[in-house]
Amino acid sequence: MLRKLQDRLRDYLSLPVRISRNMAVPEGSYERNRNQYNSTRILREILREAPADAIKIVGIIDKDMCIPILTFVFGEAQLGGVASIVSIARLRQEFHGLSPDDGILFERLCKEALHELGHNFGLIHCPDRECVMYLSNTVRDVDRKRITYCDSCDSALYAKTEPWRV
Amino acid sequence: MEPKVNILIVDDEEIVRESLASWLEEDGYEVKVAENAARALERLPEKEWNLAMVDLKMPGMDGIELMDEIRKIKPETIVIIMTAYATVDTAVQAMKKGAYDYIVKPFNPEDLSLTIRKIIEHQKLLKENIYLRKELKKQYRLHDMVSKNHKMIEIFELVKTVAKSNSTVLVQGESGTGKELLSRAIHMESPRKDEPFVTVSCASLTESLLESELFGYEKGAFTGADQARSGKIELAKDGTLFLDEIGDISLKLQMDLLRVLEEKEFRRVGGTQLIPVNSRIIAATNRDLTKAIEEGKFREDLYYRLNVISVLLPPLRERKEDVPLLVEHFLERFNIEMGKNVEGVAESAMRMLMDYSWPGNARELRNMIERAMVVTKGRMILDADLSLPQTPGVPLSNNRGKSLSEMEKEHIRRVLLDNRWNIIRSAQVLGIDRVTLYNKIRKYELKKEPVLNS
Repeated sequence: MLRKLQDRLRDYLSLPVRISRNMAVPEGSYERNRNQYNSTRILREILREAPADAIKIVGIIDKDMCIPILTFVFGEAQLGGVASIVSIARLRQEFHGLSPDDGILFERLCKEALHELGHNFGLIHCPDRECVMYLSNTVRDVDRKRITYCDSCDSALYAKTEPWRV
Repeated sequence: MEPKVNILIVDDEEIVRESLASWLEEDGYEVKVAENAARALERLPEKEWNLAMVDLKMPGMDGIELMDEIRKIKPETIVIIMTAYATVDTAVQAMKKGAYDYIVKPFNPEDLSLTIRKIIEHQKLLKENIYLRKELKKQYRLHDMVSKNHKMIEIFELVKTVAKSNSTVLVQGESGTGKELLSRAIHMESPRKDEPFVTVSCASLTESLLESELFGYEKGAFTGADQARSGKIELAKDGTLFLDEIGDISLKLQMDLLRVLEEKEFRRVGGTQLIPVNSRIIAATNRDLTKAIEEGKFREDLYYRLNVISVLLPPLRERKEDVPLLVEHFLERFNIEMGKNVEGVAESAMRMLMDYSWPGNARELRNMIERAMVVTKGRMILDADLSLPQTPGVPLSNNRGKSLSEMEKEHIRRVLLDNRWNIIRSAQVLGIDRVTLYNKIRKYELKKEPVLNS
């Protein structure tokens, strides 16, 4: 699935994409009383581990994430920064009591990865419900979005990715 | 581009500040953080904060105390209290003290997005509302006068300009159009506003009384003048002298007044000492002065002396769009004066007010509303509360091509109807005697019609 994601991201962003080595889930990010992982703490760790030549780095994790004030998050990104993270825990059909579906999971993962990377390139949430930059708080929101940026987000992103485009 | 929405996060835990800030920034908000109440108070003057998200439990000053301070310093900033420990007591306390919302961590992301959007929307509307109200006031209000009629607004603008000068102003308009109110507004807009505003009603006094009223007199100037008295010109000092009904003064006084305007000084009746005039003079009349000049009743030279700046107030029937605005204005005023709580005028009653021709202009409308507010029993003024004249007359457009006798017949029929065929009362209204009325009824073959629903 990671390899497929690599291809997709390369196609959409026209940027070189490489799969980095596996990273252990950082100790201290686990919130015992909530049985969830603190996304902000993981993000800090990813940033520390990022290769020097990385333009942006997006972590994919199979653990349910949260921040102290919110019950969960799908992902987190440094706005205009280097690192972001996406959790697939809640993107899985089985999380919502349905049978597993890798196709659906992959679509959702692509959208959320593009979403978080958009933030890394400085994009904020988009009011267009079908744009990948729309804020999704539920999988229903995620499924409604297309796997692409709307025209206005796309042109903003195009300008931001200029130096690295292939 | 929309202005940035500024959010201040106050929490002693770094991870809370960082994660929440990051989450909010992704939504396009401008987020700043503070680790305690003291730091928050330091940051408060930095900008206009739309929203402060404050942790309840912090070392030092707690969230509720901080909220109190924020509400004092930045009352337009909305405060949300965040806490990990939900107790009914603290929630009630927070809401009572004016927190917009009370969030128990952890919070559902969908609900938080919605809450924040609602706050921003609410604030935007509030600001828009304040702005619109200000605009309305700016455009339609001049002291005690309100209007949205373009002629009136032009007059308001003119007043603001001429108020700064010392030129004499002549205010013309039918009675009840607000000539005195406008003159007071000129005074209040002028640098003389803290000096007296002195009114002389020229029409109500005889020539000699008006003379001593204006100029004052010395002791022994005439029988009964047992001590010297200052006139209104003197009393006005550096303020404004308002000469109402100037069209009604005698030719002799016109001459005297002209001299005052030209020489800027005068003598008391029976006096020899010249007294300087420092006040600004505003004159008003409901008469057509140019016609009075033609008839030799008003001096042309005085007219030109007075008419340096000319204001012609339109009658209310030419600015009907102001009727609802004036009604609201009077309601507001009389509610305060009478300690009442009348909310408005029923639609049908408003239609009646709009249809009426208002010969007595805004003053007549004011009196009508005042009376209606006394008699009304409910929160709305209804048709029955208005004492509009019963016979507004047949609309003029219907009268074309009708003969005088046709008009007479129609008029008598209406008066009889209004007075339920009471012959004596109808004759009084018509200004004829009973016998004449009987003769006319016979001549026009008028018959008592059955009155429905009476």
